[in-house]
Amino acid sequence: MNPSTAGSLAEPDYLNHETTVRSWLLTRDHKRIGVMFLVLVLFALLLGGVFAMLLRIELLTPGPTIMGPMTYNRVFTLHGVTMVWLFMIPAIPSAFGNFVLPLMLGAKEVAFPRLNLASVYIYAAGAALTLFGMVWSGADTGWTFYTPYSTTSPTAVTPILLGVFIIGFSTIITGLNFITTTHTLRAPGMHWSRIPLFVWAIYGTSVIQVVATPVLAMVLVLVALERVAGVGIFDPSRGGDPVLFQHMFWFYSHPAVYIMVLPAMGVITEVVCAFSRKNIFGYRMIAASTFGIAFVGFFSWGHHMFVSGQSTFGSGIFGVLSMLVAIFTAIKIFNWVATMYGGAIDLKVPLLYVLGFIFLLTFGGMTGVAVATTSLDVHWHDTYFIVAHFHYIMVGSVLMAFLAALHYWWPKMFGRLFPERWAFVAACTIIFGFIVTFLPQFLLGNMGMPRRYYQYPSEMQWLNVLSTAGASLLAFGFGLIGIYLLWSLRYGKESPANPWGSRGYEWFSASPPGPHNFREPPRFEREVHDYTVSEAPHVY
Amino acid sequence: MSTETTPWREYFGSRENQSQAAQLGMWIFLGSEVLLFANLFVGYAVYRYYYPEVFVEASHHLAAGWATVQTLLLVTSSLCVVLAVHFIRSGRAFWMGVALLVAMGLGLGFLVIKGWEYWKHWEEGALPGEYYRLAELPERGGSLFFTLYFLLTGLHAVHMLVGLSVLGWLVWGALVGRYTAEYHVPVEVGGLYWHLVDVFWLFIYPLLYLVE
Ligand code: HEM
Ligand SMILES: [Cu+2]
Repeated sequence: MNPSTAGSLAEPDYLNHETTVRSWLLTRDHKRIGVMFLVLVLFALLLGGVFAMLLRIELLTPGPTIMGPMTYNRVFTLHGVTMVWLFMIPAIPSAFGNFVLPLMLGAKEVAFPRLNLASVYIYAAGAALTLFGMVWSGADTGWTFYTPYSTTSPTAVTPILLGVFIIGFSTIITGLNFITTTHTLRAPGMHWSRIPLFVWAIYGTSVIQVVATPVLAMVLVLVALERVAGVGIFDPSRGGDPVLFQHMFWFYSHPAVYIMVLPAMGVITEVVCAFSRKNIFGYRMIAASTFGIAFVGFFSWGHHMFVSGQSTFGSGIFGVLSMLVAIFTAIKIFNWVATMYGGAIDLKVPLLYVLGFIFLLTFGGMTGVAVATTSLDVHWHDTYFIVAHFHYIMVGSVLMAFLAALHYWWPKMFGRLFPERWAFVAACTIIFGFIVTFLPQFLLGNMGMPRRYYQYPSEMQWLNVLSTAGASLLAFGFGLIGIYLLWSLRYGKESPANPWGSRGYEWFSASPPGPHNFREPPRFEREVHDYTVSEAPHVY
Repeated sequence: MSTETTPWREYFGSRENQSQAAQLGMWIFLGSEVLLFANLFVGYAVYRYYYPEVFVEASHHLAAGWATVQTLLLVTSSLCVVLAVHFIRSGRAFWMGVALLVAMGLGLGFLVIKGWEYWKHWEEGALPGEYYRLAELPERGGSLFFTLYFLLTGLHAVHMLVGLSVLGWLVWGALVGRYTAEYHVPVEVGGLYWHLVDVFWLFIYPLLYLVE
């Protein structure tokens, strides 16, 4: 369809110019590092997914089904730990950010390639330590490690804390690298007002990463020290204050939800443009709202502590500040919709995920405003309503955007097309499965089913069964994706350089890109996603 | 060796740009270090508010006089690092090495005093958490003060050790002639790190030793 591949076929690309194992393990190529991260986070997703299915199967019946209560506590903790720390936080920035950010800026490299490689190994080491803790005896504290329970629990909390601590370093390095790259490695012609919005999103995320992660790191160390040396910072029996833990934890972890969601929003912006064949409506608004979210995100942590005994006044302030996030998010949503409106919509698989994303984000965001209302939250706190809220917004948006990115950039990364029809079926299964899984949980929460409980009254069973059915659909959808993507690596049609006809700058490179991204320095003579000028497809 | 160790990497386009990247990267890193320490400062503020008298009492168990000496040592060493950067900017690698060696000596002096202080605490039983054995101060508050004391000064000492190895590595680079008037990014960046270690101490010192 696209003649631009002619001539680039015979040239070596980043995948085949060197093929030894060593050349992969010691690579400083941001593209290979992105691929390595992709493999690692997919593994984490699989592991977290298996734990999720175990939980849902257990909840099929009101009483014990397949495991005992202690095992259940461990399984939900491991599910949360794996999904949040090992998958959702690094997934989009480390995998896709590494791969496409330099391409989008016309750079040959990230600013610190050696550090970048180190970040893979640090992540892997942290993940390994976490897994070790899981295999050893797991943890039963929940992914939030609330004190004082986490300082006394007999399970393997310490290695898991340290594992997460180590992963934090990987996050900081990645963020530092992206910020510096964006500042110093833009190709000529790439001025600030032309930077693709995915890069802006990753940039905003990186700022949160370097600001928030050290706080988390220290607080995890403190809990670990408390377990090992009884230092008593959080232990009330030694004069410490357990609520201090919550403040510090949520000072990180509320912004952390934006570490997950902002990159997702960046992906969505790219995909919306590409498949509406229009430049984004409101470039500045989207970029600015990214920073609005990042900023406000730091002042809303207290909405997790409405029932911790903080003053009503404080809660009110935190509630109102939290609601500001909804405004910035709404700006983005309106801009995406406005971009699609009047665009030449091409409903390909990535765009399907965008629609899923917009639905889940809107719904989850509105329930966010509801739970930020103190009086309502007292009813919903620690119930399945919260579980549903954060799965809708956090998991829903990260998963949808991750899958959108995976399908959108797959041909760029591996030079192969995936079978559209199968992908379409899988996308529908996943979106439908997701809604069926978590919608009933809002109702369960409203009926009063507490989160992290192993048993429930039998009136609640039908909703739980529904939820488990949805989860099974989700699992099926993922299985399908796994199969056809692996299949496409070998048997998929070879992709032209720009299979979607996108005007995103990353498509200036060949698919897959050469070892140094571009053969000649790319020239950025138009705005990103400018579909008004006709452009001869050109691969630099 | 590979292109990795040659000072200029082509993909940066220009030398200024590479040096800017290194500085920016270091500043961001330093910012995140500040936030790492910030936790402990917040913890200090909170517990001082809970146990005001005990904290003041406990601070009398610290050697404020020696801490003043330490402060002087560190500030002087920072000055030497500034000199080192100044020397290498005009190409005097030998003098840069000398300045850094002096800075390292002062830093080591600091650590020796710190070690001696720790030894005293050990003898006295002024230790963190469950090792706390100081009878004349209530355990509530007292053990927290020493916990925070050891965490703050310990974390600072770890940073000093890292800083010392960075300085040592720079001295070695000066000996083998790696740095010139044109190429000295690592000296500047390493110097920044040392200044940060210094600045942390300038917060820790009044907070732990001087506040009444
Ligand atoms: C944009 C993305 C958002 C993400 C990723 C997100 C994620 C989360 C997560 C993970 C939790 C549960 C934490 C736990 O395990 O206890 C949570 C709870 C909460 N969220 Fe959100 N949230 C988002 C947006 C919002 C918004 C816009 C608001 C308010 C306007 C909000 C208000 C709340 C409140 C009040 C809670 C705590 C409820 C409770 O524990 O009782 N969230 N959110
Ligand atoms: Cu929050």
